[in-house]
Amino acid sequence: MTDGRRAEDGERGGPTLRQQESRAGLALLSPTFIVVVTVVVLPILWTIFIAFRDLRLRDLREVGFFGAGFTLDNFIGVFTSRGFFDALLTTIVYSVVGTTLAIGLGLAAALIVRAPFRGRTLVRASMLLPYVSPVVAVAFVWSIMLDPSLGIVNGIGEEAFGWQSPIPFLSQRSTDVTIFGFSLGFPTALVTVIAFQAWRYFPFAFLFILARLQAVPADLDEAGKVDGASPLQRFRYILLPQLSSVIALLAVLRFIWTFNEFDDIYLLTGGAAGTEVVAVGIYNRLTGRGDIGAAAAYSLVLAALLAIFLLLYFRYFARKSETAL
Amino acid sequence: MTKAAELGTSLKSAVRETRRQRWTRETVESRVITILKWVGVVFFVVITVFPFLYMILLSVRPIADLALQPGTLFVPFDRLTFETYGEVLRGVEDGGQGFLSFLGNSAIIATVAVATSLLLAIPGAYAISRLDFFGRRQVNFVFLAVYLFPAILLAIPLFVFFTRIGLRGSLVGLMIVYASQTVPVTIHMLRSYFNSIPESLEESAILEGCNRFQVMRHISIPLAMPAIMSTGLFVFMIAWNEFLFALLFLVDRRESWTVSLGLSQLANSTLEVPTTVVMAGAVILTVPIIIIFFLTERLLVEGLTAGAEKG
Repeated sequence: MTDGRRAEDGERGGPTLRQQESRAGLALLSPTFIVVVTVVVLPILWTIFIAFRDLRLRDLREVGFFGAGFTLDNFIGVFTSRGFFDALLTTIVYSVVGTTLAIGLGLAAALIVRAPFRGRTLVRASMLLPYVSPVVAVAFVWSIMLDPSLGIVNGIGEEAFGWQSPIPFLSQRSTDVTIFGFSLGFPTALVTVIAFQAWRYFPFAFLFILARLQAVPADLDEAGKVDGASPLQRFRYILLPQLSSVIALLAVLRFIWTFNEFDDIYLLTGGAAGTEVVAVGIYNRLTGRGDIGAAAAYSLVLAALLAIFLLLYFRYFARKSETAL
Repeated sequence: MTKAAELGTSLKSAVRETRRQRWTRETVESRVITILKWVGVVFFVVITVFPFLYMILLSVRPIADLALQPGTLFVPFDRLTFETYGEVLRGVEDGGQGFLSFLGNSAIIATVAVATSLLLAIPGAYAISRLDFFGRRQVNFVFLAVYLFPAILLAIPLFVFFTRIGLRGSLVGLMIVYASQTVPVTIHMLRSYFNSIPESLEESAILEGCNRFQVMRHISIPLAMPAIMSTGLFVFMIAWNEFLFALLFLVDRRESWTVSLGLSQLANSTLEVPTTVVMAGAVILTVPIIIIFFLTERLLVEGLTAGAEKG
């Protein structure tokens, strides 16, 4: 009853339906918006502020939230610290190789379960296990599997393949590998954490690629068959172009997340043996030294670099594909 | 007889002919692909399932056996032990590792985070899906940005802030962080579900004289219940698995550890905790997630990849 009357009011010059809708929309969204602003947006702005201050955890009580006066020392400290460029290089290698491997594996997995077969549902579900399982649990299982004394990998290696000594997968910085007379340094621990990252995140790529694959109309493939294209040609010229936009999207998402990855490396190696990525460096500055200003500056540099990479990517590599998310 | 024989030979040659013809690029490639496909199925099943199998098998082995034969997987039946689970679950005062209370902490934090996140996101997702208001597109962008924003960057200000106001070490701080961090993905999943509900139902209710809030309460939310359930379980999984913020906020206070944090501390502890006992902890951490995952797999997959099939 009351609502009916209100609608009539609207006709007589009160708020129109459109205005009502707009008001209701803002009202419904405002709680979310307020929470996101206070717990996400304001803290980020504050990080920018404290990156230019000298602020340490232990003097937080005396100097308050805003620290002492303006300073550029934190940024100078980041660029002059010896570990920074090593960490940056490690992070870039980790992100690029890890992202590529995860997407490659995901593509292979999606192509495999595309057509129905017996037990397909179970296979598909099992492929998602690494992604949904708690990172602490799977990282621990990996570290025990690869353990030099207790692990099954070295156990089998020594018993069945006659390895002379166990391989310390997660604690060896590099080992010399001789190929065609050239001796190369092989970064054991870095390769291991990259393998872990590919294993844990290929299901994410798999999910997205499979969803896209199932939306490709079947007659497209049929038409290719009629025209005499072989399976490989049909994949290369018909299917792959259909997948390019979802792969581009995945590349961006996975690169962003891998670039900032903390959990995996912290849990597997703690950042030792040549695996210290930038995120682990930030954590150590924050908790180890309690140097809030330096940690904030470090994280801003990380964010700026990430933004530059993304800008370059969209400028030169990405097609004008609309992001689906 | 002769005719039959002739027919037989011509048939045979025809078969031979087609067989020769079938060695085309098409057949060769599809045979190779079929073989590769089954190799791939085996490969992926092994790499995804084996670590979990290994986890379970190690958790029921006596530690002495493991040290003697690290390359052997199977436990003789009479050597099977479940004492590892007892030890990891018991409280510290009873000589255990206190995982039972960690389970309680994780469950409380995750449940509150789910409830808060849903309470915030249901109206928000409905508004973005159905109502045309000023700033709708921008809001979408803000949420996408939050979703993509690196957690390690947010960790610094939140760590400092909660230290200062004295909420670090309490479960409440963590609940607030989890709820706000999951709101964007909750909104995204719910919005795509609301978009798939035909608007005509709501329109007829409005014509009957319902207002927006009544429509939402009596029509849209009941219709979206399956999606709300699965989104809630997804948020539960995120909160249960989360590690970085739990480490930053709770590490100094053992009594408020979550299972994830407890396991990581146990794995790195300098005290002599047998690997098999820690492995039992890993199983306890993982099992609830795997159960939830298998219950909600389809809805979860659809919600997560909503929009991806459009390309």
